[in-house]
Amino acid sequence: MITLDNVHKAFGSNKVLQGVNLTIPRGESMVIIGGSGTGKSVALKSILGLVTPDSGTITVDGQDVTKVERDAFLARFGMLFQGGALFDSLTVWQNVGFRLLRGSLKRPKDEAREIAIEKLRRVGLKPEVADLFPAELSGGMQKRVGLARAIAAEPEIIFFDEPTTGLDPIMSGVINELIREIVVEMGATAMTITHDMSSVRAIADKVAMLHDGVIKWTGPVADMDNSGDPYLDQFIHGRAEGPIEAVR
Amino acid sequence: MSVLAPVALIGRNTMGILAAIGRIAIFFAQTISHIVRPPFYLKEFGQALLTIGYFSLPVVALTTFFTGGALALQIYAGGARFNAESVVPSIVSIGMLRELGPVLGGLMVAARVASSIAAEVGTMKVTEQLDALVTLSTHPMKYLTVPRVLAATIAVPALIAVGDSIGIMGGYFVGVTRLDFNSAVYLKNTVDFMESWDIISGLLKGAVFGFIVALMGCYYGMNSRRGAQGVGRATKSAVVAASVLILASNYLLTELFFSA
Repeated sequence: MITLDNVHKAFGSNKVLQGVNLTIPRGESMVIIGGSGTGKSVALKSILGLVTPDSGTITVDGQDVTKVERDAFLARFGMLFQGGALFDSLTVWQNVGFRLLRGSLKRPKDEAREIAIEKLRRVGLKPEVADLFPAELSGGMQKRVGLARAIAAEPEIIFFDEPTTGLDPIMSGVINELIREIVVEMGATAMTITHDMSSVRAIADKVAMLHDGVIKWTGPVADMDNSGDPYLDQFIHGRAEGPIEAVR
Repeated sequence: MSVLAPVALIGRNTMGILAAIGRIAIFFAQTISHIVRPPFYLKEFGQALLTIGYFSLPVVALTTFFTGGALALQIYAGGARFNAESVVPSIVSIGMLRELGPVLGGLMVAARVASSIAAEVGTMKVTEQLDALVTLSTHPMKYLTVPRVLAATIAVPALIAVGDSIGIMGGYFVGVTRLDFNSAVYLKNTVDFMESWDIISGLLKGAVFGFIVALMGCYYGMNSRRGAQGVGRATKSAVVAASVLILASNYLLTELFFSA
């Protein structure tokens, strides 16, 4: 279970998180929605320790994330980055098997390659792409490789940062379905941040709406359309009028 | 505009420079602490050695060859004023070994390597590849900085050793073909006046310059931000900082090695 308790984070005078409280139960898929610049990525990166909160506590299974042994802690996580964040200098299979080629989860090279190809197959890519470089792949294929890398070490917790950004609607649908299937299949706890409502409906068990640095609404995805929350309502229907200021 | 505005500007810039020196000093200390602690990424070290050392050889060789030749011409022309043309071989070798080989080699490597490291690491930063490394339980300092800094510290002295030889050959080539020196006499004078400390001091300078080049490339790369423009700025800053630090440290090392 992941818990954020009164988490604050500011960059200079820009107060991004102003007391975020959120609980993600084990095995559940939580999607955090909110406009651009509302702190969704900061919240996610704070859990991983990529960003240090100014105050508040973040725990994973009761352990404070600032006090855990980093290597073992991070070995529990997989993450799909917005732009893929694939390593340009490594081939596709070396990207996917990165964690299996070094560190505490190190395997023999042949075994790591075999697992990488299996994960590539799982996300719908043929073994032939294994020896290509990321620059030789389309955006959709890069996302799939990023997804394969995120699940390569069978993590307990998977984070997805804007998984469908930059993809056409059909490819977005494919990636959303893949994410859902993989999360269910692995029984993993998932946290996704997005402002793509089709992703929300495809991926989420629960939804949290982040605005002005706090969680404005949280609940099951089925309740989202009848929440009665004016912020959530405006966001999910994409209205210019409402409590969320839209800059024209 | 307040009359104190220029003073405030000077104050702000001074604070900015001091803060930058502090950040670089912390980065230096972090790099050293990661160098002495496992894990070590040998494959990345080997790749960096090849990129920094082997692929910089042509540019260093060309630079030192032409510098050696020009040095021979200058010393001959200057020496002719007081009938000291015969010192050309010894001055070319001492000049190349102690000063021009290390400094020009270091500056050429700074232009080629500091820029490429800053651009590569900077692009990794702005495309979240550094964050991805962290989530994959790999410390960016260990995976990116340590192999490059170690490789440059080893490769640049080797490059300078080759560059020194080629620079001396450049002087020899000009001396024999343009200045009518006897080949055997030129070589004998070169060797007779050369001391082992001339060679060692130049190589030690090379090691320091190599360390500086890679450190600056990694520092500015890892601190780049705001997309392509930020990476461009990081690349420029890495080359400028590495070049200035090479020239400044060259003076300090020369004081240390050769002052009476």
